[in-house]
Amino acid sequence: MQKKIIKLSIILLIIFIIGVFFIGLNKNSIYDTKNLVGQKITKIKLEHFSDNRIITEEDLRKNNFTLINFWASWCGPCRVEHPILLKLNEEKNLELLGVNFKDKKNNALEFLKDLGDPYDDLARDELGKHSINFGIYGIPESILINKDLVIIKKFIGPISKNDYNYIKNIIRQ
Amino acid sequence: MLSNIGNTLLFLNIFLGISIIYFSFQNLRDKKVLISKNIYHICLFQSTFIIISFLTLVTGFIISDFSIITVYQNSHSLKPFFYKISGTWGNHEGSLLLWVIILTIFSFLFLLYNKKHPKNYRIYSLIVQNILILGFLFFILFNSNPFSAILPTPKEGLGLNPILQDPALAIHPPLLYIGFVGSSIYFSAAIASLLTNYSGKIFAQSIKNWVLISWSFQTLGILAGSIWAYYELGWGGFWFWDPVENASLLPWFAMTALLHSLIVLEKRNLLYFWVIILCLLTFILSVTGTFLVRSGILNSVHTFANDPSRGLYILIFLTLMIFGSVLLFFNKFKNSNYNLNYNSKETFILINNWFMIFYLITVLLGTVYPIFTEVLTDHKVSVGPPFYNTVIIPIVILFLFFMSLGPQAQWIKNRFHNLNLLFKILIASIFINFSIIYLFKSYSLISNFIIISAIFLIISSLVDLYKLFRTQKMDFARVISHLAFGFLVLFIGLNHNFSLEKDFNLKLGEKKNFENYSLEFKDLRLESFKNYKAVIGEFKINNSQENLHQSLYPEIRIYENPSTITYEASIRSGLLKDYYITMSNIDRSDYYNIKFQKKPFMMWIWISVIFISLGGFLRLFKNAKKNY
Amino acid sequence: MKTKVIIFFIILNFNVVNAITFSVDSNKILKNLRCLICQGQSVADSNSEFAQTIKIVVRDQINDGKSEKEIYDFLIEKYGEWIVYKPPLNKVNFLLWLLPYLVFITGGVIIFLRFKKRNNR
Repeated sequence: MQKKIIKLSIILLIIFIIGVFFIGLNKNSIYDTKNLVGQKITKIKLEHFSDNRIITEEDLRKNNFTLINFWASWCGPCRVEHPILLKLNEEKNLELLGVNFKDKKNNALEFLKDLGDPYDDLARDELGKHSINFGIYGIPESILINKDLVIIKKFIGPISKNDYNYIKNIIRQ
Repeated sequence: MLSNIGNTLLFLNIFLGISIIYFSFQNLRDKKVLISKNIYHICLFQSTFIIISFLTLVTGFIISDFSIITVYQNSHSLKPFFYKISGTWGNHEGSLLLWVIILTIFSFLFLLYNKKHPKNYRIYSLIVQNILILGFLFFILFNSNPFSAILPTPKEGLGLNPILQDPALAIHPPLLYIGFVGSSIYFSAAIASLLTNYSGKIFAQSIKNWVLISWSFQTLGILAGSIWAYYELGWGGFWFWDPVENASLLPWFAMTALLHSLIVLEKRNLLYFWVIILCLLTFILSVTGTFLVRSGILNSVHTFANDPSRGLYILIFLTLMIFGSVLLFFNKFKNSNYNLNYNSKETFILINNWFMIFYLITVLLGTVYPIFTEVLTDHKVSVGPPFYNTVIIPIVILFLFFMSLGPQAQWIKNRFHNLNLLFKILIASIFINFSIIYLFKSYSLISNFIIISAIFLIISSLVDLYKLFRTQKMDFARVISHLAFGFLVLFIGLNHNFSLEKDFNLKLGEKKNFENYSLEFKDLRLESFKNYKAVIGEFKINNSQENLHQSLYPEIRIYENPSTITYEASIRSGLLKDYYITMSNIDRSDYYNIKFQKKPFMMWIWISVIFISLGGFLRLFKNAKKNY
Repeated sequence: MKTKVIIFFIILNFNVVNAITFSVDSNKILKNLRCLICQGQSVADSNSEFAQTIKIVVRDQINDGKSEKEIYDFLIEKYGEWIVYKPPLNKVNFLLWLLPYLVFITGGVIIFLRFKKRNNR
């Protein structure tokens, strides 16, 4: 009897393992941080781009919604999403905070002069280390937060038309 | 043209495989004692055709026939000749052809070399092996056919990834396949053994040389992969517990356990079901490894391109194999009550099996755990080197002690003649370890134990060797492998503890001083080669204490086909240590990121593994001399 | 015999005393972090944009006096458990850490019981 139980459990174990492999085959996804939403961002200490001050959580709590966009003049895909950012700038309920990532001031200003400045506020992260606080691992990347500084959505890569529509829906509420 | 030849031969082989199975069943039913001649003939044709088919693909690569899809996807007319050839198996489809060659040739050779064994056993082995061959042939023809034609013929190929253009990587698959694909033959033999109740000493004799061959080549195959990782991947390490590496290590654990269990089966007619389980397990692990690596279910640093349909086919094949063998095993399993004295060589071999299963389960668990967490909890976790090192290393300490005691134990009932001697060896090991700490620098507690136990194994093996000389029993194979294993662990331990790694950014002309070393970034130049351009840096490294003045030349290579950038490490290998530098540019800056490493005893790590495998070959030759 | 055992432990203690270290090893931490945009490299081994940034962040945190665990917890919070190579001990991962030793002990127990049964006959 004991033998039968052992044999049965082994067979069930094998079925379980193969089942998981089968599901895993169809599931495999490339890693991204899109699921890390719902957290509060904390300890914000961003150097303002031109003024001699630090942007902190207090500044962001003034806004209903903030879209923090990480970009740089040397980043190709950033140019692709730029027109959408300009459109988003027109939204009343949304503040656009740009973070210039590992960039030279002159190049950044050139970029904004050429393509337009969609940002309500601009910060810079010269060494890139403050962006780690936001869980950034590549640019362009954008984070949508609400008044309580809770992350609503993370956009990995350039913001697409769908992302634009999504943002509009959220901020209209 | 070539594509048609290849395809035709593959279809022919399917037909031949089916006929072998048909004639084999016929042969089983008739009363003849011998296997009919036509089966031999068909097997010969089968082997010949698959070799020709493979050579056809090689030819396609050599002449750069881009109408063949595999050649188009993995080769380029400017590629060096040697790598055109090795490109044949450096991709998914071509390597499957290599799988089938080994399956087929081993099938034929096993048939030929087992004439002394009963007909039914041999026939069933042939049938099962051919089922495996057919499985893979169907896979090739209907999912991963290297001979598929592209029309119109492209003018140029997509090229082979430059990091795969390396001599160690060129021989890595053939060596490894003789290893774990070769294990298919004793998988089939084990099933045949269960079906025909052919067990015991004679069964052990039937498969032991095959196990030796596959184990020895598997060891060398793993070595080639590690050497490639060290020289080519540029991070200075040689083992990352990456899924692909683990996939080659899992069958090795099973083979090692099998190798030792066979000794007991042959000498004392015990552990028959252990042997069967291990025979089945080795090839099952081989196919599982192939599944994990080629299906795309796991992320890995050195994978083939991924494709879920491949994964599905291999998974179905694997499922059938597992269920077939497990159900048959349950059916035939008989609990054997053998009286083992707890103090005997048989017990030590059983203990070896216990440890091997532990290593196997740990590595398997670590490799597949991310799949389970992702499927069951939608959570992605990484299982990397720290996990494996933390779990396995403490157990290795204990393992090395058992490995020292085992060979000296006698069969049936051991008498510890030399308890005193063992104690002396232990004190000597501790003393040597302390001397190392005193002369160089100290290291972690675990490292202490590892090095002590490694030295213990080394000294025990040397004592063993001395005894062999004295009694003139020229059986060095075991002692050499065990001694080499002790040295391997010792050198890995010393290498890990005395390595120096420095990571800093330098501009051209700058100098950096650290720990008695001075590193100067002397020169930077751009050179063009046949299929790439290289930015070559010259670094002068000085150490007045060690009287060291060396120049190293790391490179950044820019390839065109395919368009990739690789970082070539500059390595100065020496008898005592290697110096290792990699250089990479920092975007938007004049600075280059330099990683300088000093790695002691690297040469000896490679040499130890070669000697481990050498023991296997020595035993194989001794067996062959005796029999043939 | 007794003296030999005593000498054994004295030598062992020397080894232990030599072996204890206190500082936070930045290289060990960097080797335990995955470079998220590379295909299977640790931050220590990679020179990608992301790796460079993480190296700066880790260095700053060590200088701030953070412990190894605090640094990992911080990065896991921002990037998920995928970023560390040593799976932290929690509800999801405890099976991973437990099973190997469970197997080891079970194997040992089975072997031991087998012999106990034999000796009791």
